[in-house]
Amino acid sequence: MTQYLIRRILISIPTLIAISIVIFTILALAPGDPLAEFAMNPAVPPEVRQRIRKSMGLDDPIPVRYVKWASSMLRGDFGYSFRSKSPVIDLIRQRLPTTLYVIGTAYLVSVLIAIPVGVLSAIRQYSIFDNVATTLAFIGFSLPTFVTGILFILLFSVKLGWLPMIYRTTIETEGLAGLWEKIKQALMPIMVLGLFETAALTRYTRAAMLETIHQDYVRTARAKGLSERTVIIRHAMRNALIPVVTIVALSIPGIFTGAVITEQIFRVPGMGSLLISAIRDNDTPVIMAITIIFSALVVLFNLIADILYGVLDPRIKYE
Amino acid sequence: MRRGIPDGGDELGATREEGVPVDELKQLEAAARAGQLSRREVLKRAAALGLSAPVIASLLAACARPQATPTTAPAAQTPAPTTPAPAASPTPAAAASPTPAAGKRGEGGLVKLLWWQAPTILNPHLAQGTKDFDASRIVMEPLADVNDAGELVPILAAEIPSVENGGVAKDAKSVTWKLKRNVKWSDGTPFTSKDVKFTYEYVINEATTATTMGNYQVIESIETPDDYTVVIKFKNPNPAWMNVFVGPYGMILPEHVLRDYVGEKARNAPFNLNPIGTGPYKVKEFRPGDVVVYEINENYREPDKPYFAQVEMKGGGDATTAARAVLQTGEVDYAWNLQVEATVLDQLEKAGVGVVEVIEGVNVERILINMTDPRKEVDGERSKLGVPHPWQSDLRVRQAYALACQRDVIANTLYGRAGKATSNILVAPERFVSKNTSWKFDLNEAAKLLDEAGWTKGPDGVRQKDGVRMEIVYQTSINPVRQKTQEIIKNAFEQLGIKVELKSIEASVFFSSDPGNPDTYAHFYTDIEMFTNGPSSTYPLDYMISWYGKEDNIAQKANNWAGNNIERWQNEEYDKLFEQAQTELDPKKQEELFIKMNDLVVNNVVVIPLVHRNSVSGRKKDLTGLELSRWTDETWNIANWRRSS
Repeated sequence: MTQYLIRRILISIPTLIAISIVIFTILALAPGDPLAEFAMNPAVPPEVRQRIRKSMGLDDPIPVRYVKWASSMLRGDFGYSFRSKSPVIDLIRQRLPTTLYVIGTAYLVSVLIAIPVGVLSAIRQYSIFDNVATTLAFIGFSLPTFVTGILFILLFSVKLGWLPMIYRTTIETEGLAGLWEKIKQALMPIMVLGLFETAALTRYTRAAMLETIHQDYVRTARAKGLSERTVIIRHAMRNALIPVVTIVALSIPGIFTGAVITEQIFRVPGMGSLLISAIRDNDTPVIMAITIIFSALVVLFNLIADILYGVLDPRIKYE
Repeated sequence: MRRGIPDGGDELGATREEGVPVDELKQLEAAARAGQLSRREVLKRAAALGLSAPVIASLLAACARPQATPTTAPAAQTPAPTTPAPAASPTPAAAASPTPAAGKRGEGGLVKLLWWQAPTILNPHLAQGTKDFDASRIVMEPLADVNDAGELVPILAAEIPSVENGGVAKDAKSVTWKLKRNVKWSDGTPFTSKDVKFTYEYVINEATTATTMGNYQVIESIETPDDYTVVIKFKNPNPAWMNVFVGPYGMILPEHVLRDYVGEKARNAPFNLNPIGTGPYKVKEFRPGDVVVYEINENYREPDKPYFAQVEMKGGGDATTAARAVLQTGEVDYAWNLQVEATVLDQLEKAGVGVVEVIEGVNVERILINMTDPRKEVDGERSKLGVPHPWQSDLRVRQAYALACQRDVIANTLYGRAGKATSNILVAPERFVSKNTSWKFDLNEAAKLLDEAGWTKGPDGVRQKDGVRMEIVYQTSINPVRQKTQEIIKNAFEQLGIKVELKSIEASVFFSSDPGNPDTYAHFYTDIEMFTNGPSSTYPLDYMISWYGKEDNIAQKANNWAGNNIERWQNEEYDKLFEQAQTELDPKKQEELFIKMNDLVVNNVVVIPLVHRNSVSGRKKDLTGLELSRWTDETWNIANWRRSS
């Protein structure tokens, strides 16, 4: 097991290097300019813009730029943002709590809802409950977040006036009222994301569960005279959840990078909106930092998912 | 202030004021604009109509404008050296604003602003876009700012320099600013002339890579005879002396804070994210790319201002939801740059929570015509100077192009009240606007011109001459309004027998200064292209340089396409006019020069002006005192913003 772990960790190093080279090259080859807005401003003449471009190192050869970036990266320095001139790590630190709170809650809620609903739908296949759950899942699955987001805004902010459509990180109200304000503004983004995630996860759980409840060992368990509850939870569910756990584990890195579209709609200042604005502004240091963190997390959670497999399914052995 | 891209609008947001007979209001406004009524008269009649303060303010602004037109009183408006400076009528802003008797500092609570592009840096000299200037201006101040009529308003200056008060030298080679006394930085240090000089040294240092540097290259030296006097010496006589230390590009930096951060160290200054200024507010919290929270600068010089205790500038999202937040749900008090389709904006405004504010802009959406051949590659570059375009170098062809542009249809259907058709490339300030040009849409005449030029329709309907087919590529940036404009123009061109291939390029690529990318607006490797531009100064030399034909000003390989002249058009008469305007001090002659330059460009059809664009923003009904100006940041007057009951 230890050997297996070491081997996997060692393999992940070249993987990460390869990922960083590919992303860096794509970014460097992609045309664009952090100062494009000033093209239409005669007070900022073209030669001034070109000088600034040069000072950012954008005109250096790509390998030179990569080596520069990689060497400071190894020292744990993510560099400075082209736009705000502040350390990239500070920007990420500012964004992370909001992302973890909003996106993390959405994932948690979706797991808590999806698993029981999926299991129940499978046990009572074709019942009214199953039909309703399936319909809702398909709606949630097929409506993109930018549609549900705007629908929710129209309903809850414009028509009913219950919830704010702009997410603020600067709420200062004290005590319970402030807490309520903070919860209130996160409700819509959480609902939008939660709906989408729940829908997908419900379908997986239901499918996995349907497969297991027709297995021989489930029938055996029933034949032994075990209570239905024990049969479902201890025998069927435990086996059905193996693929679901993988899916949940693999989607955890997504919590860190946030949800680009949802964050944009509700102006949630999370990692997703940082990434998208960095891409729009050609802010290479920020894009690189986020994508590298994301890649590292994906590699890490892949490993965790693999290990969890062994824990859940004793048939799997690592050598 | 000048902005990126288009949409939506309203001539005078106030005409939608409920309960007021719109016709009467329109008449009143028309009379005011025409200069028939004095301010007092307007006030009286407006009061009789029962109008609210903001409406009256906009009417007053309307009656201020005609005074500024060249025919009536050129002097009143021009900030040119020989004119009685605007200081003669101290702070026109204050005169026009309906600010009631002084209130108490901070009694207004929190005011929420929404900029759908989020500020990322608060040092205006390292700004990366309009949003950064706007956010900085709440903390930082220039010596003077420019109101919508183009008049200078003293901010840190005690008075506006003029020839009469001795501030501007007779030869315009130097200007002397007298500074306000007893102004303190928000950390309590006194503000002096040394800070002004320091700002120049900071900006002009190439290693600082200040975005505002362009304006300061005209300065030879700065002297500070005492703490409250600044003498700026220019390299040449400079009629555009008000380009330095004025407006968004002129905010003054504190020497005592930034002394050690000049040059390469500039980017590491904590100041960039937490500036110390002389303005009404200081930064309480700044999260780059998300939000800035400002609180009152206790050292601000006017004891009863600002009215709002806190300002929150939130960024991000998109223009449509921003419009919704200010016009429909009222979640924010002010929203910037509402590039939203006109019909959507009208509908949102009906909710009655907010009002759309439209001010005339300085920008013109235009089509540029390439004078060189974009297909032939010579010495590693296309569109090379000296390689004439096979048909566009013929004036008749260019005239035919201009006749095929349905400017009114484009303005009315695509821009709504956010733009109007124009035949000029220079649309502001008003004293420089030509009345000699006109435009029309006439395909028959266009066809006749093309026939005369020898370009006749071939069997497949495409015009050709000597085996060359008239097929053009028409490029612009990606933007729904621009793509619709392309369609309208393509349609008319194809009726004429000109084959048009449309090309749209991502804005950050199209407008980039990357010498290695052939798709930028400056490479101009197509036959025609479209974008928007306009002056940033009330003495618009920096804009008119776009057609100056000196070789090193032409965008080409030799200068990494950093020249200003994109069309590669050269005209001796224009060059002479431009050079004369660089040193001309007589306001009358200045007007002649700029109008002639405009007419030359328009009549030679180097550019086809399409739409004069307005800037559109939204405010909650009770927010007053904005005094928006096309020449500066929307936040410039924030010390006087109020909430009326």
